[in-house]
Amino acid sequence: MKVKYFAWVRERVGKAEEMIEPPATVRTIEELIAWLSGRSEAYAYAFEKPKVIRAAIDHAHVKQDTALAGAREIAFFPPMTGG
Amino acid sequence: MTSAVTTCPVTIRIQEDDFDIGREIAILTKSRSDIGAVVSFSGICRADEDSAKIAALTLEHYPGMAEEEIKRHADEAISRWPLNGVTVIHRVGRFMPGQNIVLVLTASQHRQAAFQAAEFLMDYLKTSAPFWKKEESEAGAGWVEAQARDDEAAARWTRS
Repeated sequence: MKVKYFAWVRERVGKAEEMIEPPATVRTIEELIAWLSGRSEAYAYAFEKPKVIRAAIDHAHVKQDTALAGAREIAFFPPMTGG
Repeated sequence: MTSAVTTCPVTIRIQEDDFDIGREIAILTKSRSDIGAVVSFSGICRADEDSAKIAALTLEHYPGMAEEEIKRHADEAISRWPLNGVTVIHRVGRFMPGQNIVLVLTASQHRQAAFQAAEFLMDYLKTSAPFWKKEESEAGAGWVEAQARDDEAAARWTRS
């Protein structure tokens, strides 16, 4: 699946997007955050306060307990500050 | 993206270029005799944020989702108020104080619906449309933190 990062999540991870293949045991957004955090210090820093991170699946906001099944594009970003 | 829902055309644009408020109102009201009120909100880059002097603001967005999220809220506004037209233009890129950032236009037969829908759209633009601001000031550059007051403003529109 494709993962995108925005704002300071993108800066901390060090990339805007990537393709990932998490193991089958990673079933929810929350579990994906935990799995990504274990990849490197950069990811651990980006996701150090997991509850602050917002997520979207296929362009729609989702809660962290949402299942990843069928997702094509997942995005992680801080709370929005537009307008 | 522009779509005509019988009598309520919706225009949503995310662009680097500036917008002309007068021109956008003219487009919205052209050849229409059913519109009695147009409310216009424009958000402008300001120089003062608390005590810090802002030198510039950079706006980042999530292409695709930003347009879809604004469309979802425009559709909800249309379902809640008798609107005859909605225009939302959000700029992205780097801005100096005094420059336009966002424009919301709502048109209706009467002012109340137009005022309320414009406020509703702005409250949701602030809290749920995927845009992020980075400020540059004398102290350096940093991402703007979300404000609890913006969440509270959006929450008042939640229907029980």
